[in-house]
Amino acid sequence: MASFDVIVIGGGPAGYVCAIRAAQLGLSTAVVEKDKLGGVCVNIGCIPTKALLHSAYALNLINHDAKALGIEVSGVKGDYGVAMKRSRQVADQNSKGAEFLMKKHKITVLRGTGVLQPGKKVKVGNDVHDATKAVVIATGSRVKGIPQIGLEINKTSVISSDEALFLEKAPSTLAIVGAGAVGSEFADIFNAFGTKVTLIEALPRILPVEDAECSEVIAKSYRKRGMTVLAGAKVQKATVGTAEVTLEVEAGGKVETVTVEKVLMAAGRAVNTEDMGFKEAGVQLTDRGFVKVNLATLETTAPGVYCIGDVAGPPMLAHKGSREGVFVAELVAGHTPHPIKYDNVPSVTYCHPEVASIGLTEDQCKEKKLDYQVGRFPFSANGRARASLETDGFVKIIRDKKYGEILGAHIVASHASEMIHELGVARENEFTVEEVDLMIHAHPTLSEAIAEACLDSMGRVMHI
Amino acid sequence: MATKVVMEALSPTMEEGRLVEWKKNEGESVAVGDVLAEVETDKAVMELVARSAGTLLKQLVAAGATVPVSSAVGWIGQPGENVDGGSPATKTSTVNGERSTGQTPPAATAAPATTPPAPAAPPPTRPAAQPPSSPAPQPSDRVKASPLAKKIAGERGVDLGAIAGSGPEGRIIKRDLDAVRGETSDVRRTIESPLTSHVSPLTPFVDTPLSQIRKTIAKRLALSIGPIPTFYLTAEVDMERVAEAREALNAAAGDQGKVSFNDIVLKAVATALQQHPACNAWWQDDHIRYWQSVHLGMAVAVEDGLITPVIRDAQTKSLRQIAAETRDLAGRARERKLAPAEYTGSTFTVSNLGMFDIEHFTAIINPPEAGILAVGSIAQIPSAVNGEVQVRRRMRMTMSCDHRVIDGATGAKFLKTLKMLLENPLALVW
Repeated sequence: MASFDVIVIGGGPAGYVCAIRAAQLGLSTAVVEKDKLGGVCVNIGCIPTKALLHSAYALNLINHDAKALGIEVSGVKGDYGVAMKRSRQVADQNSKGAEFLMKKHKITVLRGTGVLQPGKKVKVGNDVHDATKAVVIATGSRVKGIPQIGLEINKTSVISSDEALFLEKAPSTLAIVGAGAVGSEFADIFNAFGTKVTLIEALPRILPVEDAECSEVIAKSYRKRGMTVLAGAKVQKATVGTAEVTLEVEAGGKVETVTVEKVLMAAGRAVNTEDMGFKEAGVQLTDRGFVKVNLATLETTAPGVYCIGDVAGPPMLAHKGSREGVFVAELVAGHTPHPIKYDNVPSVTYCHPEVASIGLTEDQCKEKKLDYQVGRFPFSANGRARASLETDGFVKIIRDKKYGEILGAHIVASHASEMIHELGVARENEFTVEEVDLMIHAHPTLSEAIAEACLDSMGRVMHI
Repeated sequence: MATKVVMEALSPTMEEGRLVEWKKNEGESVAVGDVLAEVETDKAVMELVARSAGTLLKQLVAAGATVPVSSAVGWIGQPGENVDGGSPATKTSTVNGERSTGQTPPAATAAPATTPPAPAAPPPTRPAAQPPSSPAPQPSDRVKASPLAKKIAGERGVDLGAIAGSGPEGRIIKRDLDAVRGETSDVRRTIESPLTSHVSPLTPFVDTPLSQIRKTIAKRLALSIGPIPTFYLTAEVDMERVAEAREALNAAAGDQGKVSFNDIVLKAVATALQQHPACNAWWQDDHIRYWQSVHLGMAVAVEDGLITPVIRDAQTKSLRQIAAETRDLAGRARERKLAPAEYTGSTFTVSNLGMFDIEHFTAIINPPEAGILAVGSIAQIPSAVNGEVQVRRRMRMTMSCDHRVIDGATGAKFLKTLKMLLENPLALVW
């Protein structure tokens, strides 16, 4: 039995970041991890999919744009197995990086499954460790199927991202159930590797949490690339075989039969709250199954036990979890961290083109009956985008009509994920559309479109 | 690298200090926390302690010298280091003056210069003390506000100088303007409100932005009378029942601590202030700080002046506790043995000259407090009781009120409660 100031259960992007910050603040810290450090994000999530998406990007570039760019190619062939192996190397590198960071900050890594015990204790294997200041739950989430409609993950014909990331070759046909960020990214990847993809979303449009205009651009782009996009579609029945799955999909009053080699389940995730002693230690859950926390302190119903990341509630995003980790570490160390602004967490989908957003969508502004003004700028009018053949997409700024507050910003662009932060900084500091325009944007850049969209919202766009 | 030893602000009002005696000689080794010298402040003789370890290399001022706060008095470093003339490359362990940020005991903090990583305060109590990183705004020409807040304020005609900011470093953000209007911002309030709550029972005080009417009252009245626009309210109290109660208590108490009239007045004032928080407040130039707890100052005459020791959380204390505490504080005040924490941070003061047979007087407000009660002697006065003239023991008390904080009716209501409590002393234990 060992004693630490802080014990973090789970070494994903919420947990290991929390541990680093706690160690920086002089607390003796341990992280409990049953698998690889870095969690889902590093090993079977964010990082390896980005590697595969880059392969998909290169394939699309070569197949569609090489000729126009003055490059003659022949015999172009995608090999998913090779791309997959590279993605594994990238994931392993990052996981090792997390291990190194634990050593660097003198954080003890306890290997095994952490089981919470009453009174700020954590059992790992046969050892019970004591946390003098705090236990932080960062146990994350996992993939889930929909057994109700016969789509239980069997890891062969009905798979999740966990299996998709380890396939040796791309299936010839694939249905993806759920067109949020995960489903849309895999659709992009497999389409590039020659799979015939059917993307099925129950809500009325793909990327349902993004602004409707963004969904539209991506749906159009996907259809152009030969994917079947079924939005507002419900899987009524699934017949699961070993080499084939048949889905009956109802959309717009019509029932379609889709027969595919594999089905990829990407409709939501389940949080990891079972068999870890939560109930016995006094950690209660919400109606939706997340750990119940005091939103001001992220403390659970058990005193001295905190919860961060996916398991603490939506949005289930790595960067939201990391921020919560820093917050809790500072709180436990006796500091007064700035409150987390949950309405200023960027959301990014890394399909091609990328979709990135922050703040409210236009529909949400309507629902809230806000008095707003929209400004837009298409990349077809942006010099840099034209030069690099990346004219798909736009910047959309929604500002408050009276004061110019940036209520929401939505970008569809080849590098939207890198561009959204300008607007995050603006919102964090309450800059209005005027200040964003006043910042001199380098020319030629994609970011000029942000300034133009701000100007457009004020009725004085320059380059259209 | 050698570290400068500076004259620290050992009391909130201290501007200079007299180095009474060095406790460490040049060349002697010192550890953090060692007493380096004794320093006489405006209020008491205090200890100047080492903020870094090493050897006291140099004493820059001789015993008996008076130097301003923050100026160097010596050097600590490694033997052999050259510090003559105070090389500019070295860093000073300056005292920080965190006195205006209201942390729980509202008292002078004994200047933490190099704070070690603070041992964690139990997190659950953390959010209430104050909004994150928003120290009480210092008067300054530059108003820190976000561009959005400036636009909203400009449009609504709100004076940003009159608003307390809750953003980083006290920056005014949209939320602060919504608060002025009583609006709610649509950011997840559930998350933010506990951190910035103005009503949590854990908060030691409530900062209330000035309303326009309050600002106008403050400005106009200050013009007509000095920096503190004071007015006075006098009430005469029948002290017969207090006298009876006191005799009974003291007869029962025997030798173990008698209760004075003043103790009973203090107890009554604390109870009345609890019921009239509007009088338990500090004028803070751009806002009013209403204290949740009564920290009662009591003026004590000392050899060369006056000092006001503080009975903290007086509203929670019994008469017996108050009596014991006043005896102890007054005694040590006369010997000049009070620590700054014991004579600072009061929220209301009582001054009693009854023992000098003063029938009635007015007292000067001790800023930033908003009120002080001047208590006169108890005299036998013919008085009408139930239509008959009787000789009764009566006492006059006069409250000086800062009109920027307390209006006539506000002060009068407080005095009425106080009079009721003294005329029915059983109410003090009810």
